Amino acid sequence: MIARVASVERHGVYIRMSVEAPEIARAAQPGQFAMLRVADTSSTDPLLRRPLSLHDRNASEVEFFFSVAGRGTDILAGKKPGDRLDVLGPLGRGFALDENMTGRTACCVGGGRGIAPLYFLARELKARGASVHILYGGRSAADVPLREKFEAAGYQTFVSTDDGSFGFHGLVTDLFEKQAAAERPDRLYACGPDAMMKTLAASAARLGIPAWFSLESVMGCGFGACWGCVHRILRDGTPEWVKVCEDGPVFAGPDIVWETGP
Amino acid sequence: MDLSADLGFLRLKNPVIAASGTFGYGPEFEPFINLEKLGGFVVKGLYFDPRPGNPPPRLVETPSGLINAIGLQGIGVRAFAEKILPRLRDLDTAVIANVCGADDEEYVAVAEFLSREKGLAALELNISCPNIRKEGACPAFSPDATRRLVARVKAATPLPLITKLSPNVTDIASVALAAEDGGTDAVSLINTLLAMAIDVETRRPKLANVYGGLSGPAVRPVALRMVHQAASRLRVPVIGMGGIMTGRDAVEFIIAGARAVQVGTANFVDPAAAVRIAAEIESFCRERNIPRAADLVGTLRSS
Repeated sequence: MIARVASVERHGVYIRMSVEAPEIARAAQPGQFAMLRVADTSSTDPLLRRPLSLHDRNASEVEFFFSVAGRGTDILAGKKPGDRLDVLGPLGRGFALDENMTGRTACCVGGGRGIAPLYFLARELKARGASVHILYGGRSAADVPLREKFEAAGYQTFVSTDDGSFGFHGLVTDLFEKQAAAERPDRLYACGPDAMMKTLAASAARLGIPAWFSLESVMGCGFGACWGCVHRILRDGTPEWVKVCEDGPVFAGPDIVWETGP
Repeated sequence: MDLSADLGFLRLKNPVIAASGTFGYGPEFEPFINLEKLGGFVVKGLYFDPRPGNPPPRLVETPSGLINAIGLQGIGVRAFAEKILPRLRDLDTAVIANVCGADDEEYVAVAEFLSREKGLAALELNISCPNIRKEGACPAFSPDATRRLVARVKAATPLPLITKLSPNVTDIASVALAAEDGGTDAVSLINTLLAMAIDVETRRPKLANVYGGLSGPAVRPVALRMVHQAASRLRVPVIGMGGIMTGRDAVEFIIAGARAVQVGTANFVDPAAAVRIAAEIESFCRERNIPRAADLVGTLRSS
C-alpha cells in the first residue's frame, strides 16, 4: 500500500520513522515486519524492498526504528514528512505471547538495532500483565538511543556497553546472566546479532527459560516466494533451510541452529 | 480489446505468465492478487525428491538486478501433487509445472509423474538453471544435449512442453533450434545470467555459492536480443522474459517476436506486478487502437 511518512527523527546513526498505514497498524503483531520500497516507483535502483521490523504502532500509524546500513536505508532515512512510501505488511510470524502474563517476568534483550521490535513487544507483554525487563546492549553510550523511551514507558531498563561508557561494562549476554542469577525471568525474547542470540539461547536452555529469537536476513520478497532468506531450523529434529520471512522471523530458541558466533 | 495469447497448444487469457522461481507454488500470492487474472503461472522448479537448496547468503542485489543462488530448494513432486496441485487445478488460469532433474532420467521421471496428475496446462523443462551444477553447467549449454533431453521428455508426456533456455551460451538460436528439433512445443527465454558479486572489504564472494543467476531490469536488453534472435529462426512460439517490470517492457518483447511473456523478479518487488503488467499492456493497445494484443507479435520494423 502507498503510505504517507508522518514523521522522521534522527537519533545519532538511528532513525525513527512514523508512517500513516492504518491497515498495517490494525493487523500488526509484535515481531512482524514490513517491506519498504525505498526507490521511487519509476526507478529500479535499488530494486528490492527493505525489510524493517515494526517498532511500534497506534491506531493509524506504524513506526520503524532503523540504522543506515547501506544505500537503501540511506535513501529511506532521507524521506521527509509527507513523502509517499510503498509499504507491504504486516508480514511474517511474530513473538509467541501468552494470553495472561500476570505475575510473570519477561526479559527482552536487544543488541544494537535489534532493540527495534522490542518496544512493541514490551507494550504487548505489559498489557498482558507481565513485569517487563529490558536489557539493552550497545558498543557505547551513543549506541543505546532508546533507553530513555523505555524508561519513560515504565520498564525496568538495564544497559550494557562494550566500552563501559554507560551502564554495565561488558556484553549484554553477561548482563543477562547476572540478572538471571538474581531473578530468573519466566520468558526471554531477543533480537540482535546472531552471536549475541546464540549465547542467550544457550543460557536460556541451561536455565530452562522458554525463549524466542527474532532473526535478521537478506530478503528478496518478504512473503515466501523467493526462498532467499533461509536459516537452518530444526523441523522434527532435522535441520532444514526454513524461510525467515514466512516461517519467522521469530523462532523458538531450541529450534534454531546457530551458524555463527562463539 | 482482445488481450488473449495463442500458443497453439494453449490459449491464455492474457500474455502475462508469472515465471518459475519467482512465484513460489502460486498460493503465496493469493493474499495480494486474484491468480485468475494471470495469463498463467509457472510453479517453482520441481525435482522428484525434496531438495535442500544452497546455504545462505543466497541473494545479492546489484544495480537494477538481483543475483540468486537458491539452488532450487523444493518440496519434490509428490508433496506438490498432494498438497499444492489440488488447490490450483480448478483455477481459471494456466498452471504450468517447471520440470528439473539432476540427469536425463530424473527429468523423465518428473515429467511422467506430473503427466498423471490433473490440472496442469503444460510442462516447462528447466534445462538452464545456473545454480545446480559446477560452474553453472546445464543441458542448455549444448544443442545436442538439449535436443536429446527434449526428445526424451517429449516422448514421456502427453502435456505440451515448453523448454526454458539459458542465456549463458554464444549462439542462442542454435540451442533454440535444437529444442525445436527435439520436439518442444515452445521455448521460453531467458533464464538468469551467470554472475557474481564480491564484498571488497572482506574480499569474499557475496553469495555462499560464489556464482548465482542475475535477473531483473539489468538483464532486459540481453534478454530482448536473445528473444529476437530465437523468434526470428523458430516455427514454435517464443515466450520472452528477462527484467520485465512494466507493460511497456512486455510490449518490447512482444514486438521482438514473443507470443507471451513471463514476469519474474518484478514479483518480488510488487506481488501484483504480473496482473498490473497485463492491465498496462491492455492500456497500451487501447490507447493506440490496436484491437488485439497478438497483433503486436513480431512487428519489429527493420528501419
